[in-house]
Amino acid sequence: MFDKLFSPETIEETLRILQTEIPLACWETVYVTILATAFAVIIGLPLGVLLVVGEKDGVRPLPKGVMHVLNVIINLLRSVPFLILMIMVFPLTRLIVGTAVGTVASIVPLVIAAFPFVARLVEGSLREVNPNIIEMAQSMGASPFQIIMKVLIPESVPSLISNFTIAITTILGYSAMSGIIGGGGLGKIAINYGYYRYKYLVMLIAVVLLIVLVQIFQSVGTRLSVKSDKRLKGK
Amino acid sequence: MIEIKNLTKEFQTADGTVEALRDVNLNIQDGDIYGIIGMSGAGKSTLVRCINMLERPTRGQVFIDGQDIAKLTDKELRAVRRDVTMIFQGFNLLMQRTCLKNICFPLELAGMEKEKAKKRALELLDVVGLPDKANAYPAQLSGGQQQRIAIARALATDPKVLLCDEATSALDPKTTHAILELIRDINRRLGITVIIITHQMSVVEEICSRVAILDSGSVVEEGVVSEVFSSPKSGAAKRLVFPDGADEILEEVPGERRIRVVFSGAVASREPLIAKMAMEEQITASILGASTKSIGDKAYGNMLLGLPDDDGVVKRAIQYLSSIPDVLVEEVTGDVR
Repeated sequence: MFDKLFSPETIEETLRILQTEIPLACWETVYVTILATAFAVIIGLPLGVLLVVGEKDGVRPLPKGVMHVLNVIINLLRSVPFLILMIMVFPLTRLIVGTAVGTVASIVPLVIAAFPFVARLVEGSLREVNPNIIEMAQSMGASPFQIIMKVLIPESVPSLISNFTIAITTILGYSAMSGIIGGGGLGKIAINYGYYRYKYLVMLIAVVLLIVLVQIFQSVGTRLSVKSDKRLKGK
Repeated sequence: MIEIKNLTKEFQTADGTVEALRDVNLNIQDGDIYGIIGMSGAGKSTLVRCINMLERPTRGQVFIDGQDIAKLTDKELRAVRRDVTMIFQGFNLLMQRTCLKNICFPLELAGMEKEKAKKRALELLDVVGLPDKANAYPAQLSGGQQQRIAIARALATDPKVLLCDEATSALDPKTTHAILELIRDINRRLGITVIIITHQMSVVEEICSRVAILDSGSVVEEGVVSEVFSSPKSGAAKRLVFPDGADEILEEVPGERRIRVVFSGAVASREPLIAKMAMEEQITASILGASTKSIGDKAYGNMLLGLPDDDGVVKRAIQYLSSIPDVLVEEVTGDVR
């Protein structure tokens, strides 16, 4: 199937597609990913905080029932495969965006799929904070809200940044799947040309570009995380 | 004044109820440096956490200036915690904040405006002797320096009481000495009551005026430091005073008196102390047990000396040894076993 991959006609055709469609696709992928991550963090961060502070021995214990429901919802959403989730949330997407297909519409299922994941990542980051430091804050008369805002979150910033980087690269991967429901981006190019029209070279290039984007997000995230960490000496 | 009355704390574990503290009664006067000493697991940390209600007592009360603090609402308790601050074994500084911001932390919690808090924090950096570390991060400091920042932070809200939970246990003896000096200085200058939790005898000997010995959750001895340590009565006290079991090796010899010599940073001269005492004062002492170490040119530890049963000789020996700076001498009475 790859025999005519590098024939002159294929290369010429690929170049034409690249010039006309790839710049827009790259842009769509980037903005969908960033927007979806931003919304996922807005919803997931507070939930992650609740998961940590609401525990029995947490800073602000919540009723057992509330914690149970929260955990079940997060686990449920995380166990639905993204492809199916996209279709399941059609009604919600229509309610929010007005339509269930297209690039903007694809942000809704991405956020729904990603926020429980982000909540779990935030939970992990906050649990890394030394419990003795929380005790210190309590001994100085900090309220639960002050502990969250002045201790838990600021002390875990480096870990949060590196976890958000994991989230953004995962969401980038999901966004490629949204080509199925008409979401734009590199995923759409790969599916439309590679899967439906057998133009494998175009698919290959789209995949390479996705890899490059992941690399960029990852290295920027890692650098930011290291740079923000004041525990590393000699800075 | 802090009054602890019939304090009992129980923890529920998988194996049943564990009694961490049993019927503890203590009175701590304003301006005191009060030591609470015990082996690990004796309940010291639980006790100190009951003083600021980080741990809720199962039974009993804690009064601070006559106020039963177990009865306070969360909000009132937070206000009390600005008056009763704490330093820790692990320093517990906020690692992502500069030293200055760390000291500002309790002031922020209290709602002080930023500029005012910063000014206060700068003053405190001076008090603890680190005026140039305002913009350094904790990870850039040594352990001793981190504890100094933690002390400055604990002083920020002008507390009446400073709780020290094994505050010097993670530090080397020389740094320990310097930190204890700072605590003593703060106690004298600001009149802050200090409660020191430790498992190190030397810490109590160096700065405490009174001491309570805690063993398996109960106070087994309490009183003025020199009295408690010169004639320890309980098993726990004896184990602390003679940690290397000097008392166990030695039989009580009739006609022998014993003195204990404590070195807390005395400059170890090149001349041998005991031999010099023999030559200059004609007092022959036998070393019954010793646990000393030198750090730099300073000696730390203690020594148990046997002397002839003669009041005059014992008195002269005590006088001779006490004349050396940073050496503490006391006669050990009763059965040291």
